[in-house]
Amino acid sequence: MDLSSVTSLRAARSRADLTLGPGETVLAGGTWLFSEPQPTVTGLVDLTALGWPAWEELPDALRIGATCTIEQVQQAPWGPLTGLVREAADSFLMSWKVQHVATVGGNLCLGLPAGAMISLTAALGASVEIWTPAGEVRHEPVAGFVTGDGRTTLRPGEVLRAVDVPRAALAAPAAFRRTSLARLGRAGAVVIGSGSTVTVTASTSRPVALSVDDLEAGLAAIDCWFDDPHGAPDWRAHVTGLLAREVAAELVA
Amino acid sequence: MRVNGADVEATPEPGQCLRTFLRGTGHLDVKKGCDSGDCGACTVLVDGAPVHSCLYPAARGTGREVTTVAGLGTPDDLHPVQEAFVDAAGFQCGFCTAGYVVTAAAAAGTEIAADPERCFKGNLCRCTGYRSIKDALAGHGNTKAEGGIGEPVRAPAALRVVTGREPYTLDQPDIGVLHMKLVRSPHAHARITAIDASRALALPGVRAVLTHHDVPDVLYSTARHDDRRDDPDDTRMLDDVVRHRGQRVAAVVAETLAIAERAAALVDVTYDVLPAVFDPEAARAAGAPLLHGDKSPEVSRIGEPGRNVVAASHREVGDVAAGLAAAAATYAGTWTTARVTHAALETHGARGWLDEAGRLVLRTSTQVPFLVRDELAHVLGLEPDRVRVLAARVGGGFGGKQEMLVEDVVALAVLRLGEPVQLELTREEQLSATPCRHPMRVSVEVGADADGVLTALAVDVLSDTGAYGNHAVGVLFHGCSESVALYRCASKRVDAEVVYTNNVPSGAFRGYGLGQVIFAIESALDELARRLGIPPVELRRRNVVRPGDDLVVDGPPHTDLALSGYGLDQCLDLVESALARGDRTPPPGPGWSVGEGVAASMIATIPPRGHHAEASVTLEPDGTATIGVGSAEFGNGSATVHVQLVAEALGIAPSAVRLRSSDTDATGYDTGAYGSTGSVVAGGAVAEAAAAVAAARAAGEPLPITRAGRRDGSQRSLAFNVHGVRVAVDRDTGELRVLQSVQAADAGRVLNPEQLRGQVEGGVAQGYGSALLEELVVREGEVLTRTFRHYRVPQMADVPETEVLFADTHCELGPHGAKSMSEAPYNPVAPALANAVRDALGVRPHALPMTRDRLWRLATTVSAPPATAHDAHPTEETR
Repeated sequence: MDLSSVTSLRAARSRADLTLGPGETVLAGGTWLFSEPQPTVTGLVDLTALGWPAWEELPDALRIGATCTIEQVQQAPWGPLTGLVREAADSFLMSWKVQHVATVGGNLCLGLPAGAMISLTAALGASVEIWTPAGEVRHEPVAGFVTGDGRTTLRPGEVLRAVDVPRAALAAPAAFRRTSLARLGRAGAVVIGSGSTVTVTASTSRPVALSVDDLEAGLAAIDCWFDDPHGAPDWRAHVTGLLAREVAAELVA
Repeated sequence: MRVNGADVEATPEPGQCLRTFLRGTGHLDVKKGCDSGDCGACTVLVDGAPVHSCLYPAARGTGREVTTVAGLGTPDDLHPVQEAFVDAAGFQCGFCTAGYVVTAAAAAGTEIAADPERCFKGNLCRCTGYRSIKDALAGHGNTKAEGGIGEPVRAPAALRVVTGREPYTLDQPDIGVLHMKLVRSPHAHARITAIDASRALALPGVRAVLTHHDVPDVLYSTARHDDRRDDPDDTRMLDDVVRHRGQRVAAVVAETLAIAERAAALVDVTYDVLPAVFDPEAARAAGAPLLHGDKSPEVSRIGEPGRNVVAASHREVGDVAAGLAAAAATYAGTWTTARVTHAALETHGARGWLDEAGRLVLRTSTQVPFLVRDELAHVLGLEPDRVRVLAARVGGGFGGKQEMLVEDVVALAVLRLGEPVQLELTREEQLSATPCRHPMRVSVEVGADADGVLTALAVDVLSDTGAYGNHAVGVLFHGCSESVALYRCASKRVDAEVVYTNNVPSGAFRGYGLGQVIFAIESALDELARRLGIPPVELRRRNVVRPGDDLVVDGPPHTDLALSGYGLDQCLDLVESALARGDRTPPPGPGWSVGEGVAASMIATIPPRGHHAEASVTLEPDGTATIGVGSAEFGNGSATVHVQLVAEALGIAPSAVRLRSSDTDATGYDTGAYGSTGSVVAGGAVAEAAAAVAAARAAGEPLPITRAGRRDGSQRSLAFNVHGVRVAVDRDTGELRVLQSVQAADAGRVLNPEQLRGQVEGGVAQGYGSALLEELVVREGEVLTRTFRHYRVPQMADVPETEVLFADTHCELGPHGAKSMSEAPYNPVAPALANAVRDALGVRPHALPMTRDRLWRLATTVSAPPATAHDAHPTEETR
């Protein structure tokens, strides 16, 4: 939709351009920003002009650039995890057409419980790299970066630069399960296993990592079951348990 | 930017989305359905890649090549995908079609095209039920370009729809038009003590801010009926009391929509918040806050404003108590239905202007142009001949456009400013502030003797009309009419009330109340059959009305209803044998329980107390013909039928027939396209005119020959539907899979089998949505499901294929023996599913929608699958 209060759009070409003026917000794919009224936003700063690579192979990590689209991320060198990434991308309610435009960084920064890139990267033990307005860089696990429904640790002026998936996770066994009220609808529960960790998203307001070795106690201790029109919390808790046990069984198989 | 191969000189605004930019530069084939990336109607190609253009920053398109549906092909040179959609009849209203065609063209030859459900999960169609779209994608042809009555003739607009050339309501150049934005109430009940528009008016480009100080002091109803007295006069165009969240408070008119939106945020409104009531039972209890307590019951036609009751009925025939006492088995239960939105892909919108003669003209997305004209004249104090209302092809209706929701304020602004003004509601406004399906609580008590013959049937209905009484009365009485009259039973009682609450108003919705009551009655009868050990289909056979029976609800029999061309017996047989044939699909796995269910429904072919249509047919000297008719085409297919009727009568090709419709200048009068009347009333008038032309031609009258036809809808018939379904339910997750779905319909003689099949499939799909997925979630009067992301309109992946079977009947009252069939297929779907779930799980659902979380909870209330299909269950209420 049109953002009627927006009167300026500028391309960021260097880090210095990321200093936001009053009313400015960063624009990546725009698929969420343009999907809801944004009455307080008066200016857009386009990150896609920074030319960040979609992905880079770092010595100890696969780095996904924040402006990498959901379509591009499926082409990254995931090795044995290629199928898992594809399942995570398909888990979006958004269509493959939106995936041409929507970005990994945008999905992370939204902090939605059903954010499929949050599910994927949190489960793989990835960390975000955040550029602070003071010119610093800070890192944080995705599982800690997302703190609740629509909430992250991102502070005003901070920009998500990339998410780094550790190489060890690329080689670890992985498993994926999801469910939703409608077959291809918005996720009600997403459970992804990697190595010996089972990560719950969508059914909880923030990512919750559980140990395969102590799964039942971990499930019982979850205190942030999510309640929205995409599933009642008691059902979410129940099906999460089912999916988590399936994932755990697949990991140790 | 280059669009469809031509350079576009204009520069996008910073916050503009590509769709608005494209439409603003004349590419009106790109549709606005949801404006949030969920429906796919605005899909275009950017450098060959498909994107939802409502989410795509227009500025990012600079330097790129954009292709829209119009750029893919033309009516004379169709793209192969466009040709496939024409051949398969892969659309009804056609508002979503551009998005489907562009998406399919982009996917062609790629991996995702092999998985249509995934490929099209970002495209919503509300009309078709998706089977015909899947046929188009698979290259199956279903239609013929030419043909007569009984043949699958394609829609006259087909070539224009698939190429984006068919203009819908607001597909007009945005030149010299002012735009309106509504200010809405944040409170469920409040008195406005002050409105200060000075900040808004100070914004350059703002032309007017209309408030309750500017509107006529006339009470009316947004609901439209042939007789305006059918609905209570309880609504002011802009009121100083708001009664639901989202109610219109002020209308801002500005030179651009962006300015109007900015200005709307600057209108300062001071409210004195009043107590509110949201529960319909609480609303009719003593001491509840009164919504319309200030109004006269006589003047406003409100039943009991002192008790929030719009209308009530408490009547009985026979002796229900004695009937229940004499029964061998009885059953009683209470069922509830949710709020559901129509989700027509085209939102409500209108553009108004003054013509050369100074006459007010409204181009609007409506099912009832004549009724809107007459009510605008009433509210604004104008003579009806000073108002013209016309509808282009309407992008879906489902009853939602039997209301006057935008035309009134647009007309007021046009008269005030003397300039063209346009208002287009957003999808969020559609979901959160326009009328939805009436939620109802329905209790049923039923008894039968040992042979399964009904001895008593009692129904108690409480309907929540929300803040206004539009359609409250009609929906309540119609809901309790054919649903109860379907069964022969000496003792019947109906207690029914519809009450005001501070919720968003309810309104006309496909089925007009029947679906809610049928859900309860058909569930109760299914349980009664179990108690008696009689198969559910057999219980219906023993009790349904037959030719010669009176049609009785709770008083004297209907006198204007006749069972002409009776096909319910065939429908029951067809569904029973289809289910018996079965598809032998085994349960998906351990933990799944399988069950089957059926439900029957009946509906009058025409609304009661008059439904009028006038039509003209002219046979031109060149052998072509022109129809003038009042009713609107909104995906119901009446345009196709009207053309077929004239082609058949005059022995000419359908392509030689022109249609001028849905314009108060096109003919004398037409009540409008509601109550499933497009074929049987307007079509009847067209057929009569065509027959008169043919007779005059045979008598040697020189061309051109013009004749008129007329129908008043005074004699009505009944149409029948029976739905059967076999489901599997995973007891551990609540997931439901439809293993088999069949619907038999008695539509009289079938005028166009492909189109009729599409109407049935579309109604069934909407039924699946209401039964399994859809709910407007409302808390304290606030709608929480404000986008299609949160409100689950069925996607292609959610709708099973339904086998559609037709009874072989002939109705004496309809054109060529036809009955109506547009609302009806929706009505029996939810109870058939509920009965199948009961059969599978051994416990009965009582609330819609039956979402996975609810079915899981239901399954947990019983420990194990039932031993037999027909055991009575101790958890059920009994006596």
